[in-house]
Amino acid sequence: MNAAAFQGPADPGLAAALQGRLVEFVRLARAHDFHVGVAEEIDAQHVALSCGLTDSQRLRWGLQALLCSDRDEWERFDQLFDAYWRPANMHSGYQARPAAPVDRELTQQGERPGGQGAAAEADATGSAEGADAAEGGTREGASVGEHLATADFQLLADSGQMRAMEHLVERLARKMRRRLIRRQRVHRQGRRIHLRGTLRQCLRFGGMPLQLAFRRRCRRQPRLILIVDVSRSMSLYSTVFLRFARGIVNAFRDAAAFAFHTRLVPVTDSLRQSDLSRMRDSLALISQGWSGGTRIGECLASFNEEYARLLNSRSLVIIVSDGLDTGEPERLARELLRIRGRCRKLIWLNPLLGRSGYEPRSQGMHAALPQLDLFAPAHNLQSLQALEPVLTGL
Amino acid sequence: MSGENRVADLQGRLADAGYIAERGLSATLLLFTDLQRPLLLEGDAGVGKTEIARVLAQVFDCPLIRLQCYEGLDVNAAVYEWNYQHQLLAIKLLEQGKINPSDAEQQIFSKKYLLQRPLLQAITQPRPPVLLIDEIDRADEEFEAYLLELLSDFQISVPELGTISAVTRPFVVLTSNGTRELSDALRRRCLYHYVEYPEFDKELRIVNARVPEIGPQLARQVVAFVQELRKLDLRKKPGIAETLDWAAALLRLEVPSLDADPQVLLDSLVCLLKTREDSAGLGQFEVERLVARAV
Repeated sequence: MNAAAFQGPADPGLAAALQGRLVEFVRLARAHDFHVGVAEEIDAQHVALSCGLTDSQRLRWGLQALLCSDRDEWERFDQLFDAYWRPANMHSGYQARPAAPVDRELTQQGERPGGQGAAAEADATGSAEGADAAEGGTREGASVGEHLATADFQLLADSGQMRAMEHLVERLARKMRRRLIRRQRVHRQGRRIHLRGTLRQCLRFGGMPLQLAFRRRCRRQPRLILIVDVSRSMSLYSTVFLRFARGIVNAFRDAAAFAFHTRLVPVTDSLRQSDLSRMRDSLALISQGWSGGTRIGECLASFNEEYARLLNSRSLVIIVSDGLDTGEPERLARELLRIRGRCRKLIWLNPLLGRSGYEPRSQGMHAALPQLDLFAPAHNLQSLQALEPVLTGL
Repeated sequence: MSGENRVADLQGRLADAGYIAERGLSATLLLFTDLQRPLLLEGDAGVGKTEIARVLAQVFDCPLIRLQCYEGLDVNAAVYEWNYQHQLLAIKLLEQGKINPSDAEQQIFSKKYLLQRPLLQAITQPRPPVLLIDEIDRADEEFEAYLLELLSDFQISVPELGTISAVTRPFVVLTSNGTRELSDALRRRCLYHYVEYPEFDKELRIVNARVPEIGPQLARQVVAFVQELRKLDLRKKPGIAETLDWAAALLRLEVPSLDADPQVLLDSLVCLLKTREDSAGLGQFEVERLVARAV
C-alpha cells in the first residue's frame, strides 16, 4: 500500500466534503441495486486515495471495479457515475429510462399491496440524491422484493416491475437448487467403502482397518419437468412462468421444459440460451401461428408419446395451467393418469387458485384433480416459494 | 510516481509481458495491487481472463499458483491432504525402533507428511504469489463459502497441526464464465472487471504481438474479419485465442491475403467456428461478404 503517498487535498474542509460526496455516491449506488455495503463506503475512500480524486477517469475505473459485481451493474455504472459527478448530465441519464415515471405514479397511488414496502422505498428515496435517484431506486432491491413477493403476477402493471419479478423468480429457482443440494448432503448415507478415508481413520490403529469409512452417496437431484400453458387465458402469467422455467432449467442439471397451447413444444434449449433477448426471439418463433383454444389433453398425450422416456422414478412433473380446456375432460384425466404412473410426483400449479372465491369447477380441472399429487396456487412469488418443501421432500 | 504515470507504467510492463491491456483494465489492476482485494474477472470464454493472471505473475516476477475449479472440488484437492501411504510407512518403520509414542505421533502429523494443494501452497509462499482460481462458477456453493472464509482471514486450519496463517497475502484472481450465479457475498468481497471482446485496434496489436510473422496487411484483414464475425448472431463468438489460432493457421497455410483462395479460407474457418450450427449457418456467400468487408 502506498496510500501515504497520496495525501488528500490540503484543505481539511474540502477533504471532508469530498469524503461525504463519495459516501453519498456509494449509497446512491446501493439505492440503484448495486450490491454494496458499508465496507464499500470505506473502501471507496481508499480507492479515491489511491486513484486521486482529481483524475475523474481513474476514479471512475476504480469505483467501477469496487462497486460493480456483475455485468449488469458494470454496464449501468457509467450512467450512474456521470449522473452523480457531472451536474450537467444530472437529468439526462435516469429520466431517459422509459419506465421510470410510471413506477413513481404507482407508488403514489398505493396500487401495489404492502404499504410497508412503499414506505421503505420512500425512506430510501429520502437519503439518496434527489428525484432522479429515486426513480431508478424503486425498481428492485430487498424491500421491493418483499412486497413483490405477495403481489399477484397479473397485477404487475409496468415493464419495470415485470422485469423485477422475472428476475426474482429466476433467482428463486436457482436458490431452490442450492437448498436441495445442501439438504441432500446432510441426509447422505454411506454405502461403499472409502479406501483413502479408511486408511486415514485407521492410522491410530497402526494401519489395521478396524474402522471403516464410507463413501458418501450423494442423492441425485430430482428430474424436473415443467409443462407451461402459454395460451391466451394464461398470457398474463406465462412470461413469468417461462422465466421460472428458465431458472429451473439453468439451475438443475436434469430438467426439461415444455410449452403448450394447442400443441406441445419442447423449449428447454431456447431457455438455456444465455442471451435473454435471443431467448425471447426463439420463444416468439415457437409460439407463432398458434390459435384456437387450449387442448391440454391432446398436448399431454403427445408428451406421453414422444417424451415419456424422460419420466422415471426421480422425475417430478409440474404442470402450470389455469385448466380452462376445450378438449374432452376424460382424455385429460387419462393422460394425467399415464404420466402419474411413470413419475414420482405430479403437481399442478394453477394461478387462478390464488384468487379469492375461485373453485376448480371447470370440467377439465374437475377431471384432473383426482389424478394429482398436489394441486397448488401459483399466482405470486410466495406460492412458488411454498413449493420448495415439496421438491425437497422427494 | 504520480497515479497517472503508474497506470501507464503498468500498462507498459503488461505489454512487455505480451498482454495488451486497455487503460481501464490497467487502472483496475493497479488498484488491485494497492488494495489487495481479490479481483473477479468475468467475460465470455476466450477474451483473455486467465491470461491476465499469468501475465501478472510475470510482471510481479512471482510464482503463479492455479486452482482449476470443477464440480465436486473438495478440501482434499484444493487445500491440503495427508500423505497417508507415507504416514503408514513411517508408522511401520517407527514400530521397529524404540521411540516414545507421543514423539512418534508428533512426527507423523508433521508438515513432512502434509501434501500442499494450491490454496495452502498460496498462503505459505515467502513472496506473495498470484493465485488464480479459475472458473469459480464450476465449483459447488460450499466450496465458494469456504473460499470466502479463506479470502477474508487468509488462514487455514488443519485439525492435526493447528492454524496456518498466511506468510504473505497472495494476489487472488478469480475468473468466471457465468455457468452459475455467484453468491453476492463473494461478489462483494471482490473487485470486479468485465472483460469485453477487444476493439479493432487492441486486437490488431495483440495479433501483431503474438503472431509477428503474419505481416501488417494480413493481420488487419484477419482482425477485421473476426470483428465482423462477432457481430453476427453466433452461438459461440470467437475469442482472442481463436483469432490467434486462425492467424497462425493462415500463416501455416501460406495464405497471402484473405481473398486469395476462398476454398482454403473456408477450410481454415474451423479455427473460428466451434459449433455445428455456426459452421452450418455461415455459408460461402456470407463468408465472401465478410471477406469483402475485411479486405
